[in-house]
Amino acid sequence: MNQNSNKNFKNHNPNVATVLSIIFAGLGQLYNRRYLKGTIFILLELALLVPFLDSINFGLWGLRTLGTIPGTDHSIRLLVFGVLALIATVILIALYIFNVMDARNQAKKIRDGWTPKGFKATIIDFYDTAFPYLMTVPGLLLMIFVVIFPLLFSVLLAFTNYNLYNSPPRNLVDWVGFENFTELITVPIWQDTFVSVLAWTVVWTVLATTLQIAIGLFLALIVNDPRIRFKKLIRTILILPWAVPAFVTILIFSAMFNDDFGAINRDIIIPLFGGEGISWLSEPFYARTAIILIQTWLGFPFIFALFTGVLQSISKDWYEAADVDGGSRFQKFRFITFPHVMFATAPLLIMQYAQNFNNFNIIYLFNEGGPPVRNQNAGGTDILISWVYKLTFETNNYAMAAVISLIMGLIISGFAFYQFRQTKSFKEEGEL
Amino acid sequence: MNQKQKSKIEVTLMYLVILITSIIIFYPLVWTVGMSLNQGTSLYSSSLIPENFSLEHYKWLFSEDSDYILWYKNSLIVSVAVAAGSVIITSLVAYAFSRFQFKGKKNALYIFLLLQMFPVMMAMVALYIFLNMIGMLDTLTGLILVYLGGQIPFNAWLVKGYFDTIPRELDEAAKIDGAGHLRVFWSVILPLAKPILAVVALFNFMMPLFDFLLPSIVLSSQDNYTLAVGLFNFINDRFANNFTRFAAGSILIAVPVATIYLFLQRYLISGLTAGGTKG
Repeated sequence: MNQNSNKNFKNHNPNVATVLSIIFAGLGQLYNRRYLKGTIFILLELALLVPFLDSINFGLWGLRTLGTIPGTDHSIRLLVFGVLALIATVILIALYIFNVMDARNQAKKIRDGWTPKGFKATIIDFYDTAFPYLMTVPGLLLMIFVVIFPLLFSVLLAFTNYNLYNSPPRNLVDWVGFENFTELITVPIWQDTFVSVLAWTVVWTVLATTLQIAIGLFLALIVNDPRIRFKKLIRTILILPWAVPAFVTILIFSAMFNDDFGAINRDIIIPLFGGEGISWLSEPFYARTAIILIQTWLGFPFIFALFTGVLQSISKDWYEAADVDGGSRFQKFRFITFPHVMFATAPLLIMQYAQNFNNFNIIYLFNEGGPPVRNQNAGGTDILISWVYKLTFETNNYAMAAVISLIMGLIISGFAFYQFRQTKSFKEEGEL
Repeated sequence: MNQKQKSKIEVTLMYLVILITSIIIFYPLVWTVGMSLNQGTSLYSSSLIPENFSLEHYKWLFSEDSDYILWYKNSLIVSVAVAAGSVIITSLVAYAFSRFQFKGKKNALYIFLLLQMFPVMMAMVALYIFLNMIGMLDTLTGLILVYLGGQIPFNAWLVKGYFDTIPRELDEAAKIDGAGHLRVFWSVILPLAKPILAVVALFNFMMPLFDFLLPSIVLSSQDNYTLAVGLFNFINDRFANNFTRFAAGSILIAVPVATIYLFLQRYLISGLTAGGTKG
């Protein structure tokens, strides 16, 4: 391209480039005389769209109908293909839009007298724009298959009637709309179970997390007191429960709380208070108490370590100023220490609540969600997440499990929304 | 009561609290050690301080009869692969997010923030079916891939936050000297980001080691069990009769892990707060 030919582009029409690139990716680029780019785009479309069109079409058909011939069409496989086809469609549409925008923008520039750079400069330019995408592609692909696809699949499952009695290959699964949701709140056994599990999940999340935060803070304050010696040793001891793998400690506690031979009953309760001991595993109330206590044991060291770090970073000036004003110790805590600690760690503390909300390990490993409760299909200590596990792997009620997952997801989004607001400073600082 | 006496009582009370807490912390741990040293496999006849001190359970774990060493090996394979893979993938993603402007960046960051809150549990039916369809069910590779994909949202934020604190002037200087994007990444960013990469590696080494849920869904044959699943099934069937062996097996995993944690706890905390507390 040289300067002389530039005049010829006065009549270069962006609309023509747009229309051409809509008709077939790359044509617009050819019209812009970006021959290499145009050829690559055309080849890409030939390589991606044409062969995949059939499978995408098939996938979307499967997603719509979930199969039509019982025994031949496997609804769940069709659903998997369908979700993957949906993701592929979104990606292809994004690429296509990129192609059209690219052709249009470049055509505009050419009309306005822009001279395309030489071949080498173009390649370097291309490398610069493509580089961040290249870096993210491996991670993005993994995430699509391992995180995004499964989540979409679960959401869709909630609107089907997939369960043990209605499962492929023998039967076809159908879309049932919000039927599962109505069943959950109208059929007595579901309604009872859902209400009591949800209530216990909330109580569990709030109590266990708050307790571990309160104890962590209390101990951090004590150990941080200048009059306490052997700080390093004490800190190491207090962090110990965090360092031991949780699944090991939970299983050990589960043995210690055992009704018959557990150490808690045999060595502590019976010698001290007499009687038969407490039925930690078979009475819902005691099982719940035990689980909250165990989680406190497991969880406070992390909070303690976190707060210790923050306490050390609070400037001494604050306290000296308070001394001058004659502030009491409680006032110093209330107006200096507490706000500092909370401000610095709020997002992490919220994460703690979210983690306990999803704390499957402790519920399942302690007592497998038991003891059983009459007129319910969840155990006395089951929280939403362990109930979903049971529905999925024990009673194979996949659709209902997906419904409850979806409800959990909505609650979690509430936590996430709060996090968004907390991390607002990210936006201002890092230009995201 | 004067000031000095009051202070003394306070300090005593504080030490008392610390003492009680320490007892509560040590009791289950010491109890487990005691169990593992008891003779016989029955919990009923075992006591905190063994009457017949014996190492038989430890010997049994390493004998032909138990799969313990195999589980240990599986766990280490998964943990090392996830730790190494997560550092590579996450640092590439975080570099792109920290240093480049590109379409969809902002939305992607929001999506990451949202995704990191969702538990694997929500996706497990789909993961199970999908792994089954591509023939990766009951393989360590399948398990590793799921871990690798799942850790990206959280760790990408963590590492991006750290990369953001590395001055851009360094990149510019290297570019003036003729370094390309990859060269800047490899010779400027990575060496400076070693602390956070170490934290990511450690988190992702420990996480699969302790996780019970995902391996219990993905792995079904005894030969593929990781430690958490293996030890759980070990006592699940014949609870009271295998507990002393379980205790011994637990100690052999807890001691090395706890040692590493205690040595590195300072870095763990600083790593977490660096990424999480800027709000």
